[in-house]
Amino acid sequence: MGRKLDPTVKVKRGPGRKARKQKGAETELSKFLVDDDGPKKLSSRSRKRAIKRAQVTKEPKQEEKSKKGFSDENSKWLKPTQRKRKIEQSEEDEDSDSQWEEEDDDEDEEGFVKKEMEEEDDDDEDMVDDYGADEGDEQDSDGEELLPIERAARKQKKQTSKKPGSDDDEDEDEEEEDDDDEEDEKDDLKEDEEEEEDTVQANFDETETFKLPAAADRAKEGLLQMDLQTIHQRIRDNVDVLSHFSEKREEGKERSEYLSLLRSDLCTYYSYNEFLISKLMDIFPVSELIDFLEANEIQRPVTIRTNTLKTRRRDLAQALINRGVNLDPLGKWSKVGLVIYDSSVPIGATPEYLSGQYMLQGASSFLPVMALSPQEGESVLDMSAAPGGKTTYMAQLMRNTGMIVANDANADRLKSVVGNIHRLGVTNAVICNYDGRQFPKVMGGFDRVLLDAPCSGTGVISKDPGVKTGKDEADVLRSAHLQKELILSAIDSVNADSPTGGYLVYCTCSIMVEENEWVVDYALKKRNVKLVPTGLDFGKEGFIRFKERRFHPSLKLSRRFYPHSQNMDGFFVAKLKKLSNTIPTAPRETDEVESTKTETAASSEQIQKPESKQQKPASTPEKSNMGKKQKLKPEKSETPIITKKAGVKSENKKSDGPKKAKIAKLDGETSKKSAKPNKKQKVKELNGDSTKEVVIEKKKGSQFEKNNKTKNKNLLKKNKNRMGKNKFKKLKNMVGQ
Amino acid sequence: MNTAGFDGFGNVEVRVFIRDGGENRSQPTSTGLQELDAQLSFGENVHSAIGENIRLLIDRPDGTYCFRLHNDRVYYMSERILKLATNISRDKLVSVGTCFGKFTKTQKFRLHITALDFLAPYAKFKVWVKPGSEQSFLYGNHIMKSGLGRITENTAQYQGVVVYSMADVPLGFGVAAKTTQECRKVDPMSIVVFHQADIGEYIRSEDTLT
Repeated sequence: MGRKLDPTVKVKRGPGRKARKQKGAETELSKFLVDDDGPKKLSSRSRKRAIKRAQVTKEPKQEEKSKKGFSDENSKWLKPTQRKRKIEQSEEDEDSDSQWEEEDDDEDEEGFVKKEMEEEDDDDEDMVDDYGADEGDEQDSDGEELLPIERAARKQKKQTSKKPGSDDDEDEDEEEEDDDDEEDEKDDLKEDEEEEEDTVQANFDETETFKLPAAADRAKEGLLQMDLQTIHQRIRDNVDVLSHFSEKREEGKERSEYLSLLRSDLCTYYSYNEFLISKLMDIFPVSELIDFLEANEIQRPVTIRTNTLKTRRRDLAQALINRGVNLDPLGKWSKVGLVIYDSSVPIGATPEYLSGQYMLQGASSFLPVMALSPQEGESVLDMSAAPGGKTTYMAQLMRNTGMIVANDANADRLKSVVGNIHRLGVTNAVICNYDGRQFPKVMGGFDRVLLDAPCSGTGVISKDPGVKTGKDEADVLRSAHLQKELILSAIDSVNADSPTGGYLVYCTCSIMVEENEWVVDYALKKRNVKLVPTGLDFGKEGFIRFKERRFHPSLKLSRRFYPHSQNMDGFFVAKLKKLSNTIPTAPRETDEVESTKTETAASSEQIQKPESKQQKPASTPEKSNMGKKQKLKPEKSETPIITKKAGVKSENKKSDGPKKAKIAKLDGETSKKSAKPNKKQKVKELNGDSTKEVVIEKKKGSQFEKNNKTKNKNLLKKNKNRMGKNKFKKLKNMVGQ
Repeated sequence: MNTAGFDGFGNVEVRVFIRDGGENRSQPTSTGLQELDAQLSFGENVHSAIGENIRLLIDRPDGTYCFRLHNDRVYYMSERILKLATNISRDKLVSVGTCFGKFTKTQKFRLHITALDFLAPYAKFKVWVKPGSEQSFLYGNHIMKSGLGRITENTAQYQGVVVYSMADVPLGFGVAAKTTQECRKVDPMSIVVFHQADIGEYIRSEDTLT
């Protein structure tokens, strides 16, 4: 609105008041509206961009030129590099970009950049003066990464490329380690790489020479909360040093110091107690230890076992996939296992689960049953059955034939066994609630026995993190003691003469040597059993020696499983075969006539063997009762001939007094007891026998009693002085009548 | 000892009497297990079917089986296991073979879900439930007409039935609330099968199994 605009009317311009009056719309508009007359007028930025665009096309040409040789005056003495490193190239580009804004002289920039790259390979001396300036430009753009001192150091380094001398202390170690060994080019390359790494990792230099914090510092740390990142970094560096100890160690610092620092760091970072970490450090080498600890932080994959009594793995997998479960077969080693990756329905509550078509079970729990491999129609004992996974697996392998006795000491946990057995349709099971140690008394003569002993649980830390801090020396030893008792009971429950069996599988979910190899070794010493291959072809072999202990070499046949290597819970499995039903007695565990077959006889047996041969006829009376003595009488008559040779006088002196008491009692025990203190010397023992024999004979041949007594007395008195010759006749006379 | 009647699955008064099972009858009462001498009469319904087929449960091709009473529960096991189980003392024995059910304090017999596998093959009357209502039944709810897939013909009212899923997986026991004919006519929200026992009890009431 307003008056009509008349373009012919001149508008006043100028600073005056009238000029400032509002002009018509058209005049105002005409300022803005510009006809498209000719080319667009560019702003400063767009101008630059246009220039850049133009330059990009020029660049490749220029680069090619520079590769061959420089177009500017430096081409004579500048040699292009063979190697173009990407990082520098990209930097170059960026730099050039940024610098184009400032300068239009692009070629020079590039030239300078190129120069730097080549200079590193070329004679450094010629280029000193130019170089510094260029480098300064170059690195200003990088800016943050290099301090002036570092730049100067670099310069110097390049000048004195072969000499290890350098102003920068931090680079010294690297140079010393690397430069000395390599040629020029390699030196330079290495330096480049180091520099690159230097710039990338700010704290690289510190860890290169991993310095142990002094004791005072460590004490301080207890007060300050060190953040986990730092600790983790320190752990990694420490492990690195320990792995290449001779190269990376700090002078004057012992390995034990590094180890103790590592130990405390691991305790803090992974929340273990000192005891457990020390134990783990004994079992694993340092690098494996870290893997183990990391593996314990995450859960093992969920695995299920198909119940072949009710379904097949194929059908079950199909049914579960239809429900929305993502699964896979467990591995080559199992025909019934499936591993569950994820599931839209709770895997422990599907109708298939409820109808008993599968059971949730850890992969490591498959192994002892596979090792035991119970056959159809056998009688099997499961001493620690709860919650019933292994029991039901055995039942399915036996096709519900034979009989399984599932025992557990804990009545509450037995309920789960009952539930699982009924759910999976096992009909051949008897469930009872005994302490495992009572077993051979309750019932014995099983074909196979499975003992999944209660343990400290160090293999299942991922399931129960409380083990990390809750277990200590006493717990482990207590478990070990219980396990030893249980394994002996288990062995006694096996029938060695079983036509199809005679096997025991001992397993634990622990990785401690005290609970595994030591217990099996103990069993080998105490009973007539031997180790046989488990039939599991994967897993690590059991230890033969550990710290100061030495185990029987057949322990190699046992197997260890770890979370970080087999991706299943930590486990130990050993399969034993019983050779004979007789139990070696406690004081004479070596001197067993029947057990000639055992290869696994304890070392003590070997020591006593030479003795035992001689001792056999004479020693049997000590062990047994009077009845046996009487039986062995004819044999004994010979031995006194031998025994009475030596030290007769001394012994008989002693025995004169108590003889009468012996005659009165005629008790095997008392004679034994009297003989026992004489056990120290072989000779004395034998003499002890001889006195007993005299007693027996007296007892029996009562009519000769008096005669013998008198004869003995007389003869003994005579023989006090005389030793050696014609003893035989005299003894004969003494005894024969 | 004759039976009384039975009112619904849960309150069957059962006396188990092993007829002509000579081997089973005269077992000496050794340490753990007493013999049951009672009349097995489940009435006219499913149980009469079982009554005829009880022989099949006892004289099986793979050996003779028997029922034994222990701690008020009835267990079904083979003779072999029976012999070996006598070694175990009464207070330590928890379970033998399969538990079929238990006698309540008033001496009524209550059949457990654990007997399902044995009774299911002999069931005369079956009910199939649709996939959608499967979960509902497994939680302990009754089956409604909307969830009913199939039902055997001539099912009488209050007849004991075995419940299956559409995949022929046995899910549990129930009692028909309506006859087959009525089931066709009735509205979708009314109950057709009363819940008695289902396999979900393995999780829900694990403790009561022993």
